[in-house]
Amino acid sequence: MSALFQQHGALVALVVLTAIASLSFDSFATGGNFENMAVSSAFLAVVALGMTFVIITGGIDLSVGSVFVLGGVLAAWGSQYGTLVALLLPLVVCGLIGLVNGLLIAKAGLAPFIVTLASMLGARGIMLNVTDEGAKTYLVDKGAFFAKLGQGKLLGIGAPVWITVVLFVVGAVVLRRTRFGQHVYAVGGNEDAAALMGAPVARTKITVYVLSGLLAGLAGTLNAAWLASGVTILGFGMELDAIAAVVIGGTLLSGGLGFVSGSLVGVLLLKVIQNVINQIGSLDSAYQQVVSGAFLVVVIVAQTWLGKRRQML
Amino acid sequence: MADVALRKAMPADRSELLRWLRDYGVYGGVVALLLFNIAFTEHFVSSENFRTQAIQVAPILIVALGMALAIGSEGVDLSVGSVMALSTSLLSLYMGYGIWVALFVVIIGGAAVGLVNGSLIAFIGVQPIVATLALMVGARGLALVLLPQLKDVHDPAMASLGSGDFAGIPYVVYIAAGLAVAVGFTVRRTTFGRQLLAIGDSRPAAKLAGLPVRRVLITVYVLSGILAAIAGFLATARLSASDPTALGDLMELSAITAVVVGGTPLSGGRVRIGGTVAGAVLIQLLTATLIKHDLPPSWTQIAQAVVIVLAVYVARERGKR
Repeated sequence: MSALFQQHGALVALVVLTAIASLSFDSFATGGNFENMAVSSAFLAVVALGMTFVIITGGIDLSVGSVFVLGGVLAAWGSQYGTLVALLLPLVVCGLIGLVNGLLIAKAGLAPFIVTLASMLGARGIMLNVTDEGAKTYLVDKGAFFAKLGQGKLLGIGAPVWITVVLFVVGAVVLRRTRFGQHVYAVGGNEDAAALMGAPVARTKITVYVLSGLLAGLAGTLNAAWLASGVTILGFGMELDAIAAVVIGGTLLSGGLGFVSGSLVGVLLLKVIQNVINQIGSLDSAYQQVVSGAFLVVVIVAQTWLGKRRQML
Repeated sequence: MADVALRKAMPADRSELLRWLRDYGVYGGVVALLLFNIAFTEHFVSSENFRTQAIQVAPILIVALGMALAIGSEGVDLSVGSVMALSTSLLSLYMGYGIWVALFVVIIGGAAVGLVNGSLIAFIGVQPIVATLALMVGARGLALVLLPQLKDVHDPAMASLGSGDFAGIPYVVYIAAGLAVAVGFTVRRTTFGRQLLAIGDSRPAAKLAGLPVRRVLITVYVLSGILAAIAGFLATARLSASDPTALGDLMELSAITAVVVGGTPLSGGRVRIGGTVAGAVLIQLLTATLIKHDLPPSWTQIAQAVVIVLAVYVARERGKR
């Protein structure tokens, strides 16, 4: 029962909340609103995908919000030199930040939260440096091929949504069906045991932080293509939403257990809650933070309790 | 035998050096930055500049004192910046009843956030990073709900608290120094302090020894919340305005840096208050140095990121996870 709740609780909550919202607000269950929610969920979902891998290894990545913003700014700046630069520049830089995180955590043995807290600061500093202390916004030419990655549509569904779906399918297969995926679970379950069984602990850890950096950078890149500009103020605090989504989706913060589909459901649940708060209208956007924080507390408490009960059984 | 003896003898020099760096490096850093500024920075040696630096370092130091307690218990408190924001909002709302009422409400607000943090950690067993992360979002949101935008604070008592001085030394310096002495005394000389360090050293052992683990942990986070609230109060007095969006932003990072640079290990069990004071001064001096040499604020963030990683690298304890 508790395992069932842990795995599908978020899905049940999503279905119930969507049903209630559809009945309560005329403007909720419309194609336009769903499409809007899907596209705006896509960017957080891509970040949460990387975070899922990191959290399953028992780590955490607090730098993703800053890396997301940095990726977007670099992509927008790079788009004047063509699509290839717009895509590669943020991926290289953000991948490198992930590599530095991974090396400091896996090789130097530093605590993940402190390393990624530092790189959150560092990435924000680089971003401010690139944008003239945040004053300069780089625009993407709306006619460029790069912009289509964000604004294009296929079968009426936005390109970012398609890209996200593909990434999640690949992510699920990698986690469930490959040796690397097994190592990710093993490292998170019990690092010493994993090392004894011959799993490459350091390499696995480094890889998940590189993945997380790459995906956060890619999400920022897609976001820049969608908005046609590298926005410097979005994304801060995104690490919290990503962690919340992953945890709500049933991945244990203590590592060793989790799945990417849960994180997708977690992202959708957060977006529906946000949308409902917007629909109520009279509620300030500041309430979103209060509700997110309270919701996160409830989920973490529930998860910790369920986890404890399972340990006892 | 020989192998053991060799392993003991070989890295001794290096680990001795690292330990010395961890414990006293921060003082060397402060002295080096001071010398650099005295030699190369215009208008550095002036009483006006001393006042400015001292007033700016006080809130960082006060928050760092609470953070030192949390880290000493093998935890961390990421909500401190948001508690400062909550404190500035509450202050604006209750200033009409006088400064003492406002201060009282602010302290209650900080204690309440700390109580939630501590309860989640002590009773439910949530990891400190995660519990305080949730409150970091929640408390900032609450601050913005209470006070949606920047508001000026007009109060003579607040103005004098923010920038006034006694015998040439700003009031806030006396307050910060008094709190540092009080926290240092609490850690060194009280039962609570010893229990806190024992819990930070090994929570299971402390539990087996019959220490009141839950009560101590909750007290730690309540104290951290109260100290952050006081820091928010003083920062508001200095700015003569309540800005719940910006106040305390990234303060958790500065506080953690001050504590860790000051020689308190993240693995808990030790608290160095003198080092924490020096760590806060180091951060303030680093920021001031970069600004006075016309480097943009973004460089401050990059420099601070490098300092924090270096400090944690030097202070890391092998073998303890």
